[in-house]
Amino acid sequence: MEKERAVITVNGADHPGIIATITNVLADMNINIEDLSQTVLQDLFTMIMIVDLRGADITELQGKLNKAGAKQGVRITVQHENIFKYMHRV
Amino acid sequence: MLFSTEEILETIRMIAVENLDIRTVTLGINLQGCASDDVDVVSQRIHDKIVTTANQLVPEADSIESKYGIPIVNKRVAVTPIATLIDAFVANMSEDDATVAGVQIAKSMDSAAKFVGIDFIGGYSAMVHKGFTGGSTALINSIPKALTETETVCSSVNVASTKSGINMDAVIKMGKIIKSASKKPINCAKLVTFANAPPDNPFMAGAFHGSGEPEAVINVGISGPGVIRSVVEQAENSDLGTLAESIKRTAFKIARVGELVGREIASRLGVKFGIIDLSLAPSPIRGDSVANILEAMGLERCGTHGSTAALSLLTDAVKKGGAMASSYVGGLSGAFIPVSEDYGMAKAVEVGAINLDKLEAMTSVCSVGLDMVVVPKDTTSETISAIIADECAIGVVNNKATGVRIIPAGKEGDYVEFGGLLGRSPVLSVGKFHSEKFVLRGGRIPAPIQSLTG
Repeated sequence: MEKERAVITVNGADHPGIIATITNVLADMNINIEDLSQTVLQDLFTMIMIVDLRGADITELQGKLNKAGAKQGVRITVQHENIFKYMHRV
Repeated sequence: MLFSTEEILETIRMIAVENLDIRTVTLGINLQGCASDDVDVVSQRIHDKIVTTANQLVPEADSIESKYGIPIVNKRVAVTPIATLIDAFVANMSEDDATVAGVQIAKSMDSAAKFVGIDFIGGYSAMVHKGFTGGSTALINSIPKALTETETVCSSVNVASTKSGINMDAVIKMGKIIKSASKKPINCAKLVTFANAPPDNPFMAGAFHGSGEPEAVINVGISGPGVIRSVVEQAENSDLGTLAESIKRTAFKIARVGELVGREIASRLGVKFGIIDLSLAPSPIRGDSVANILEAMGLERCGTHGSTAALSLLTDAVKKGGAMASSYVGGLSGAFIPVSEDYGMAKAVEVGAINLDKLEAMTSVCSVGLDMVVVPKDTTSETISAIIADECAIGVVNNKATGVRIIPAGKEGDYVEFGGLLGRSPVLSVGKFHSEKFVLRGGRIPAPIQSLTG
């Protein structure tokens, strides 16, 4: 099966536990993190993760992460990698 | 990283801040197989065909919207011009019976559209650029009633083409039909009079499934004036050649999203992928405006001197960038300047920066003509016909699609509200001098010569 990746973007006020909450959701769904970058600018937390979906349903992932995001007070976006491929790669 | 942080954040900013969206995914459906000499049979077949072909359109579009995190604002259906189906049964009908039959078909389209959950269905249409058939006459006569008695049905009539000239008899007729339909002004927002109507346009109100199209096809309309405006603002100190280059690059990215969504939805529905329409479609949201792009280029207000040149630069750059992004480009492909649907355009009218004459000039370099233009309610049908004839001449001579979506409502100085994506607009003034002697001569203005243009 062709590898399907998603890009997860997280924005919000920095505080302990954001990454732990998100990675727990990913681990529960057997989703592998391939790359991760994180910055904190003026207390604003921004994290970008590229994950291998390994057959997991992207809509289910979005649902779970939205719930986790709401608890943590951060905004989480999950998008299939193809939108970035199409836009930024010729 | 597979993508740089800047690339990822750029895409997210375009969607979240600059209102990038897929404006419409339009499923074209061939209805020719629904023909019968019995209007009840035609209506039933049309309903069934639309429901069967389009039942997965909305769920699949919603699923793709969520997968890529890009809003797909409208899901629509375009069908074979209905006049051809009316031809099959109208021969021995009285004019009144023919109107009733037309309205019955429109209602059947409306009911199917609501059943599958789409917002508009286009194709209550006739092609009369060279002359009328029984079916096209009946359809055109029934337009005011059909639009009044339905909610989702959109209508278009092609009255001119580069190859056949301008059918002034049809132009006269459309002036009257628009006047009659305007008893309920929203009707006129669902009615376009075209020259050179494209067979694969995904945008309403002018979408229909033209001849030469496959059984079913997905055509996609993109948006993105906010994204382009932002690029223009960032290129504050660029000369116009460099500015065009920046617009091209961004138009490429926008069109790529359309290509991605179009291909995926076509494949999920098991139908052909048709085209991306590269038109920049504005919306009444502040900032999502084509007029604001021209203003960001350095014009104090859209409509002032320089607006035609600025719009021509914009349209050309968008087409060049978009053409590279997609294997198949079609529809209207330009920049829309619908007055009520574009916050900046409506504002430009309000402050007196733009009038009907300048709008007409601007339509010679973009698509799709005089769009969502509100004129005083007491404008005569002959004046409306003359406005249509002028716009057709621009389309016919320049070998491009032009349309007129004009709404007689209110009086000069009034603001007319349509709601939603149709927006609001001040009433524009029309010329004080008469044109009816010219218009009422009727006949057909011959096709323009295509050579000797020096």
